[in-house]
Amino acid sequence: MKLLRKFFLINIKFTIMDLFLLADMANAGGAIGAGLGAIGAGIGIGQIGKGALEAIARQPEAINDIRSNMILTAALVEGAALFSIIIGFLAMVL
Amino acid sequence: MTVPFFPFFKVFKPRIPIFAANFRMGMISGRLKSLLVAAFSVFFVTNSLPVLAQEGHEKEGQPTEKQGEPKKPKLFDANEVIFGHIMDAHEFHFLSYGPKEHQKHVTIPLPVILYSPQRGFTTFLSSNFHHGHESYKGYVVLTEHNREELKLDPKKYFIGSIVPVTESGEFDPTVKVYDISLTRNVVQMILALSLLVWIMLSVAKRYKKGEGVTSAPKGMQNTIEVVVNFVKDEVAKPSLGNKYPKYLPLLLTMFFFILINNIFGLIPGSANVTGNIAFTLVLSVISFVVIMFSTNKHYWGHIFNPPVPMGVKPILVPVEILGVFTKPFALMIRLFANMVAGHILIICLISLIFILGALNKVAGIGFAPFSIGFTVFIYLIEILVAFLQAFIFTMLTAVFIGQAFEGSHDDVDGHADEVIA
Repeated sequence: MKLLRKFFLINIKFTIMDLFLLADMANAGGAIGAGLGAIGAGIGIGQIGKGALEAIARQPEAINDIRSNMILTAALVEGAALFSIIIGFLAMVL
Repeated sequence: MTVPFFPFFKVFKPRIPIFAANFRMGMISGRLKSLLVAAFSVFFVTNSLPVLAQEGHEKEGQPTEKQGEPKKPKLFDANEVIFGHIMDAHEFHFLSYGPKEHQKHVTIPLPVILYSPQRGFTTFLSSNFHHGHESYKGYVVLTEHNREELKLDPKKYFIGSIVPVTESGEFDPTVKVYDISLTRNVVQMILALSLLVWIMLSVAKRYKKGEGVTSAPKGMQNTIEVVVNFVKDEVAKPSLGNKYPKYLPLLLTMFFFILINNIFGLIPGSANVTGNIAFTLVLSVISFVVIMFSTNKHYWGHIFNPPVPMGVKPILVPVEILGVFTKPFALMIRLFANMVAGHILIICLISLIFILGALNKVAGIGFAPFSIGFTVFIYLIEILVAFLQAFIFTMLTAVFIGQAFEGSHDDVDGHADEVIA
């Protein structure tokens, strides 16, 4: 019985490590990382949009200034999110 | 289906609130469920060894197979299409048609210029390669098929690059070749450059003749005035203050060059210049050099001796030193990633039609209207992104240059911002 249990334990360790060393795991990791980056971009740009809409509601005559600042800030936040996409690519290729 | 489990609930008395959903099959008590999960996982993990042992066999890189089995159906190779559009190539490729074995291509071949210390200069038109089917003058262009035949490492030799071969067709490792040919990125950059120079010079000539100086501007002057004034008033003056005339030519050139290349990249069949990391690397190196040349003592003082408490300084100084390099690095990655992501998205949406069509022709044709509609939507966003990324690159360069020669905060005229009454 003890030998059987020992056999199972050694088996489990080996196969999980083996799973992580597969080349396709890099692809999966890259895809998951890129997805998380997309979540970050969504949250960030959503906050920007929220702030911009509230500001426009408070002062409709400043809408042009607010709109240009919103687009500018959104592009910067999206730049940060695209870093993660690039790393995802690198995980796949390297 | 819940009948076999009914006496089960009577025995175990679940302590969770009794919603109707709890009586569905599957809501077994927690302890038994975890025991079952443990048993299943042990069973599956120990029995999956034979599956993992075949790791070398399946490479899920592309949906098509390249094993030469005539019985398997030829599916659409999305990987090849996507990377074929994004990477540089030795020809402008517009379309391919015909059956997979005898494909005909509509392309504009470009000159290939190679230099090898062993073989000297070689120039010829890239159509001589016949898309990797033949070698020419001792060189062959790599395709998926060739790379396997020549047994080259996929990580070092990329598709589309030119490798030297011997007479018999084997890879020749003794010959070192430098590829300085006119690839499609180079040709598109030259086109963008000539368009930019032509527009600007013709507009400047009209100003010199006196049109638009004291009278209303005419023709192209209108557009160029609007854009140049925008860059001057929104980008250069706020960041650079009184020294803006020195940097304005650089900022304008960057803006227009990136913008024209972005717009060209959206035309089907053109090259992906701004989505090429080498191009954005050079632009960011230019920004970095200009920033470095505009620094003053105050800037370096802030980096090596920031006005923060002593405890924070050892942490902040390395961060500041790194910050000198990460800012242009971020410029490079931002432009590259935005452009490449946009192009890949558009290609993927169109490829969806063909991927579905390979599975079932009717599904592919039926899906086409949705795909094209979505693609048009993304295309319009990409046009916005083209302008936006050019503007962002220019603006951030201006901001970093302004930060470089900022000077101490005491000698900035310190009147409060005027209130918009």
